[in-house]
Amino acid sequence: MIPALSDVHEDLSALVRDFCEREIAPHTADWDRTHHVPVPVLRQLGDLGVLGVIIPEEHGGAGLDYTALCLVVEELARHDAGLSVAVAVHGGLCAAPLLRFGSPEQQARYLPRLASGELLGAYALTEPDAGSDTAAIRAQAVLDDGQWRLDGTKTWITNGGFADFFVLFARTGGGGAKGVSAFVSTRAEGLGSSHEIPKLGLHTSSTAEVVLDGFRVAADDLLGVRDDGLKIALATLDGGRITIAAQACGIARAALDLACRYAADRHAFGGPIARFQGVQFPIADISARLEGARLLMLRAAALRSAGKPHGLAGAQAKLIASRVAVDAADVAVQTLGGYGYSAEFGAERLYRDAKITELYEGTSQIQRLVIARHLLGAAARG
Amino acid sequence: MKIAICVKEVPDPTAEKRIDPGTNRLVRTGENTLNPYDRHAIEEAVRIKESGVETEISIVLVGPASAARTVDKALAQGGDRSVHLADDGLADSDILATSRALAALLERDAYDLVLFGQQASDAECYVMAAAVAERLDRPCVSQAASLTLDGSTLRVKRQVETGYDTVEMPLPAVVSVSDAINEPRYPSLPAIMGAKRKPHEVLSLADAGIDPDTVGGAGSRTTVRGLSKPAGRGASVRIEDDGTAAEKILAFLVENKVVV
Ligand SMILES: Cc1cc2nc3c(=O)[nH]c(=O)nc-3n(C[C@H](O)[C@H](O)[C@H](O)COP(=O)(O)OP(=O)(O)OC[C@H]3O[C@@H](n4cnc5c(N)ncnc54)[C@H](O)[C@@H]3O)c2cc1C
Repeated sequence: MIPALSDVHEDLSALVRDFCEREIAPHTADWDRTHHVPVPVLRQLGDLGVLGVIIPEEHGGAGLDYTALCLVVEELARHDAGLSVAVAVHGGLCAAPLLRFGSPEQQARYLPRLASGELLGAYALTEPDAGSDTAAIRAQAVLDDGQWRLDGTKTWITNGGFADFFVLFARTGGGGAKGVSAFVSTRAEGLGSSHEIPKLGLHTSSTAEVVLDGFRVAADDLLGVRDDGLKIALATLDGGRITIAAQACGIARAALDLACRYAADRHAFGGPIARFQGVQFPIADISARLEGARLLMLRAAALRSAGKPHGLAGAQAKLIASRVAVDAADVAVQTLGGYGYSAEFGAERLYRDAKITELYEGTSQIQRLVIARHLLGAAARG
Repeated sequence: MKIAICVKEVPDPTAEKRIDPGTNRLVRTGENTLNPYDRHAIEEAVRIKESGVETEISIVLVGPASAARTVDKALAQGGDRSVHLADDGLADSDILATSRALAALLERDAYDLVLFGQQASDAECYVMAAAVAERLDRPCVSQAASLTLDGSTLRVKRQVETGYDTVEMPLPAVVSVSDAINEPRYPSLPAIMGAKRKPHEVLSLADAGIDPDTVGGAGSRTTVRGLSKPAGRGASVRIEDDGTAAEKILAFLVENKVVV
């Protein structure tokens, strides 16, 4: 499948680019330094319809495809990786599973408010002792007086500090992969964000521990089939990681642009450093690899949009794009020399932000595992 | 209230401009988009509409068929309908010819107010509004910094070098707005998607009743004979700060009667 972008895709990218240049770019360095999570900017994106890209028009969204969501995330990531993941999670991990697995009532209840940004979403799967090993989650959900009562601790939850809407996973049956159910709910008593987790980068993103302490969820807020929630979790991440590939492409683009601008401006030994092959070639390599990664990302997004299998394509895209992001940020720092290491030139922030793309929504090892299992089938499991 | 906004498709203003050395004309083969100055005119019309005056906003464009995307961008910014004169016979039109085509389009509907951006980011001529007003025989004000409607009277604050002029004129009128008049809003995603569904009128020269000999290369009178760089700014004064810079700057300003 060859990804083709429509006029609407291009206009959407242009809208987000314009928005970023005016509303975000002037503040990124400051927000990063002060660990400021710009929630009002997310609501503004909601007003512009950008948070509802993949939500159908009858639910107040734009009814566009998954590619559109990826393009939004990519453009945002060029300016602020933290904001981009907030939107990636809101769309790819909250709206997307509701669209795919939600009942008509659940969709009508939540999608319009997710589209407008009245509700900002978070996806709570990971626990202190269950990361890559998702089947090890221990949070419990028990039926109590016609409602679900959830208890447990979720960690590393993006948007967790401020989100109003949660996709939650908890154990409703026995141990192992079977026995997990998915739930959707707005924030209420019993769901608390205990603290923000200090981290290497992504300072404009809230990453919180979320404690479920007798949190009551209505019986009809169970998402999909009871005890089959891990399938929902993994299918959602199959799509979600395409948005992370898009985020990686955005970070890499920012790093490449910064390196190019600087190389042309900075003079050493009687001329711009851009005339040194040692400066040119790393930039050239990143540019070629980034275009390749971007095509993988768009291809995976096109497959996802067409309702075709995209688990393999998404894992390939994220594996490659995240490495390009990390290497691109490294090239940016190297090209800027000492100024690359300075907190005032932007390269250092990209360097800290890029790494996350190799970790969340499946580490690069997990992407390789997914790819290998697609290629090798049962033999890969031994 | 019927407002027309004349918009232009221009080469992407963020890309470097190139002149074809053979023809001395701007190269237009790259990405094209809506003239950014026109957004201010559209925004002003939208604000008039939002102030409660019943308003229909028409986007009027003279340009090739491929400019349809630019028409949609303008509609997304806030138009209700569009009139697009698209005819191969328009190629190579200069201001004289384009103003003739625009005036012909504007005469087809009884617009109360015709708005322009202050300039086009490609040719930077600043004169299209005046040229069209002349052809329509309507009052015209340029560099409008604010517009106030009072029945059929329009009050325009006009930015001049020494401050503001306030001009009152009867409608119908032609106004070009300054880029300081407002901060154009972002076209929202629903507006972008809705643009395509708005009524689009695409006309040929024949449809618009325009004689092909009066537009395009045949109807134009401009020849670019040569290009040269503008003269430098002349002598400048450089003040090094040795602790007395503020006094020196003040003395300079007083001497040149900038401050008294
Ligand atoms: C900033 C941030 C935001 C996050 N946001 C969210 C969120 O919104 N929602 C959410 O639910 N989670 C979120 N996460 C959690 C994230 O998805 C997990 O951290 C990630 O899946 C890895 O899990 P872990 O940290 O427990 O590492 P572990 O699973 O303990 O892995 C440790 C190391 O072992 C390797 N490893 C593990 N298993 C295998 C294997 N089978 N084969 C080879 N290598 C293996 C890993 O690749 C890694 O190198 C976020 C994490 C971060 C850092």
